[in-house]
Order: sequence, then structure tokens, then C-alpha cells
Amino acid sequence: MQLNGLTAHELHAKLVNKEVSSVEITEAVYKRIDEVEDRVKAFVTLTKDGALAKAGEVDARIARGEDIGPLEGIPVVIKDNMCTEGVLTTCSSKMLHNFVPPYNATVVEKLHSAGAVVIGKANMDEFAMGSSTENSRFFTTRNPWNTDCVPGGSSGGSAAAVAADETIYSLGSDTGGSIRQPASFCGVVGLKPTYGTVSRYGLIAFASSLDQIGPFSKDITDCARVFNVIAGHDERDSTSAEFEVPDYTKFLTGDVKGLKIGIPKEYFVDGTDPGVRDFINQAIKKYESLGAFCEEISLPHTEYALPVYYLIAPAEASSNLARYDGVRYGYRDESADDIITMFMRTRSEGFGSEVKRRIMLGTYALSSGYYDAYYLKALKARTLIKQDFDRAFEKYDIILSPTSPTPAFKRGEKADDPMQMYLSDIFTISVNLAGIPGLSMPCGFSGGLPVGLQLMGKPFGEGTLFQAAYAFEQNTEYHKVKPNL
Amino acid sequence: MLTKKQVEHVALLARLELSESEKEKYATQLSAILEYADALNKLDTENVPPTAHVLPLKNVFREDRVCNHMANEKGLANAPDREGSCFRVPKIL
Repeated sequence: MQLNGLTAHELHAKLVNKEVSSVEITEAVYKRIDEVEDRVKAFVTLTKDGALAKAGEVDARIARGEDIGPLEGIPVVIKDNMCTEGVLTTCSSKMLHNFVPPYNATVVEKLHSAGAVVIGKANMDEFAMGSSTENSRFFTTRNPWNTDCVPGGSSGGSAAAVAADETIYSLGSDTGGSIRQPASFCGVVGLKPTYGTVSRYGLIAFASSLDQIGPFSKDITDCARVFNVIAGHDERDSTSAEFEVPDYTKFLTGDVKGLKIGIPKEYFVDGTDPGVRDFINQAIKKYESLGAFCEEISLPHTEYALPVYYLIAPAEASSNLARYDGVRYGYRDESADDIITMFMRTRSEGFGSEVKRRIMLGTYALSSGYYDAYYLKALKARTLIKQDFDRAFEKYDIILSPTSPTPAFKRGEKADDPMQMYLSDIFTISVNLAGIPGLSMPCGFSGGLPVGLQLMGKPFGEGTLFQAAYAFEQNTEYHKVKPNL
Repeated sequence: MLTKKQVEHVALLARLELSESEKEKYATQLSAILEYADALNKLDTENVPPTAHVLPLKNVFREDRVCNHMANEKGLANAPDREGSCFRVPKIL
């Protein structure tokens, strides 16, 4: 296999054994990008000069006999809503089409300290609002398994780049499923960590009580290794949790004997693709054969998750996106003679239609006379959804479900119907509302497209997620199948 | 169903200038989403506390200390328009 098709842990071993250099790995990745990027369209920006310089530094360290870390010299792609100092960060929006951040997000800083080779910035739905990357103001990313299909979203570029072997791993962000749903559609591993475990400093805010950064990778071992690096308290994010970061690779035992897995009956709804249903049932059987205990459970408030999300997330967004006014950075309309008209035209031209729709919805839900009926009601319903999980986790270690009701859909299929688009996140949204971790991994194929298995865990229970996910991966072959691009 | 007037009011609050066709489109689409959200009215939330945030955090403080701040030039580098060390905007009054 080509170097760009390998995992970070495989490449690390090759670097340590001096079988390959970081420059060779980096060049292999850019060669792949040259070959397939016109069909995948995962990248907004490539940073080849910086990447090769960094790879050269790592090779010099290895040549001097220095020890290198697990991610050192390994290429990574970063979603274009995380600030990279001196490198364009657009959120795939006209509003930030020219924005060059003066500082790095904490996760970017952490990756740099770990010796990572940042090869570019990934396309996304504008301001992370969407489930297909069709809301990018630049172009739509394609699904490497079928380029007529979407890669999912909003972190579609990050997911597609990993699936297409245009990178070794990547970072995305997840507010209602924006890591897990594209991971599912592209057949890769994606983790939405517990709220507060990864710093949001330098992540361009969408819905601050839900947003969380996490990794995309080709297997569970890489996922755990990347999470080791990016997790941890950060005083620059006041919602960052104070907790001890364990070595998550210690959970990769392959043993799930006695693990208690709950299967929520509400996640097997009408309209679920039969292929998805079959492979999820096979995954349950696999876990039983490995000695886990699986049982049907109920999360009775599941049906309310989507309406709760589509009040809370837009409400927070309408407030967060108020900062885009054309004054300090980004796009400005030049035609207005007074400042209010300048604000209004800047925002109307700078934002695309989904972003405006959500700002309108959020502004309405927070406006005088509607706050109690919509926003406050949604916050209370959020409590009930969270309590469903609290109760379930008193008895179960893991909750298992499909990641999305269907495999990847065709480009254009849902683009004009926001409600249909929102439904593709129906199984991922509750996890954000409850603040718990969720992981998606490949578990089969329906009509030639990957099917994703979602594992949900207790708050700060990423270790148990890795344990369960690794056991499944070691006993299946789905993560080894590559798209034929 | 949201009226055109309501849409115009919300757009003003959000500082968005909408075209006539956008106003019509958002009136229909927002009404559909809000109708869907009315499902929440089935829930009795009389004695349920709201969750604005999942972590039990309150007033996060840190020590007050002297440290480096971003240089002016760096902070102004993305300005659409500037004059000296200030951001320049169209007339306010």
C-alpha cells in the first residue's frame, strides 16, 4: 500500500525504524491530492511549503537520534473553522473569505507542539451549518465512495480527505453530528468527545454549548492517539473541563466481556435504510459473540431532540454570529453610506441562505414574546433528554445505534428542503444536547456506500468507547476496505 | 404562519437586509420549522429546570496577571478599512 493509505500508528513505526521519512510521507499525500482532488474537492487551502518544511525538521530530529511522538511527522488536515495563524480560515463563507487569523486555536497549537504536519484546511458547510457541505459558499465536497453523493457534513471535507487517503487523519467539529455523520457517510472513524474535554479556543463558534472538536481517522488506534494529544483543560476556554487525561491507548484491549450495551428502541425508526438496519443488527450480534451483554432500552424523549436542537443551536448561533459586522475583519459591503446599512448589507451578502435561515430562526426564538415559548421550553426539554441518558448509564456502559438513518444521499437530493436535511442528524443530535461522547465507525456497506455504527458513552467515558470500538474493529474488516476512486 | 411583517421585524433585529423573495421563502420555511417545534408543547415541563449548559460550571476565575497582548498591527491586519491605529467605518450619525 502507498504511504498515504496507512494509519498514523503504522507510519510512526516506519519513521522510528527509519524505513521512510516524514518528507516522503508528506509528498505521498500531496501526490494523492494531485491525483484525486479534482474529483473529491475536500480542500479550501493547501499549505504545502509549510508542511514540507515541518516534515524536514522532523526528519532532522530523527536523523539526530531524537525520540519522536506518535503524531510527529504525520500529515493532518484541519477543518476550516479552526484558527491557523497566518493561514486563511474561511469557515467556507464569503464573510470570512479573506480572514487570516492572528493566532492559533488551542488544538492547532497542540498539534504543532506534537510535531504534526498540517497539510491544509478542509471544506465544510458554511459556519458548520449543514449536513452535506452543499452549504459551502465555495464548492461541494464529493463522497469518495460515490462522487455523485455528498460526504455528509458539516465536516465533509475533513471526512472525505481521510477516506480518499489525501491525509492520514484530520480534525472536525461536531455541534449536532458534524463529525459522526460525515464519518459514517465516508466510512471512517469519527469522535465527538465529551463537552469540555477539547478546548474551543480558536474554534469559530456556532453553538457554544454544543460545539466540540474531535478527530477523523482510519482506525480506532489513531483516534485514541489523536485524542491523547488534543484533550485537556485550557484556561483560555472558560467551558473547558478540569479532568485528568488518561493514556487512552490503554483502553485498546480488545476485550468487551461483560460490557453492558443498551440499544435504544427509539433509534430504529421507520424510514431507516434496510441495509443500515441489517448491519447494525449484525454489529449487535458481533458484540454478543464477543461476550458483551446487549439489551433493548428506551430513551423516551428522543423524538424531541430535533426540535430542541433546532431552537437552541440557532438561538446560540444568532448571538455568536452577531460579531460579523464588517468592522474588524472579513467581508464588508462598500456601497453603504451609513453604518447600519453597512452592517445589514455586509451580513446579507456575506452569509449564505442556510446561515441566514438559522440566524432568523434563532433571533425569533430569543425575541421578546417568544423566548419562553420556544427557547426556554427547549432548554427544559433538553434537561429531559439529558436525564434519559443519565438513567440509561446507571445500568449500561455503552449505548449503540446507527449513526444516521441512511447511507450518503445524492448531491441536490435534500438541498431545497431544510427539514429533510435536518433529519439526517436525528440519531446524533441527542449526544450534543446531553454533552456525552459519541463515536462513529464503519460497520458495513449498503448499496456500495458505508454504514456507520454509533457508540455513545458516559461523560468523560471516551476510554470505554475506545475499548468497545476497538474490540469491534479487531473482529471485522470494514475499516480496511478503501473506496475505488 | 409567520407574516411578512414578522419576518421583516426579525430581519431588522438580526441586521439582515432581505429581498422580497427571501422574505417569502423564510416566512414559509421558518413557519414549517416552528410548527415542527410545537411538538415540544406535548411535554409537561412545569417543574423541569432548564439546561443551558451541561457542565456544572459557575464563574470561572483566573489570576489577574500581566502578560503579552496582541500587537496593534496584528489586530488591525484584517481590517476592511482603517485609519492609523483605528478601524474606520461609514458615518454613524
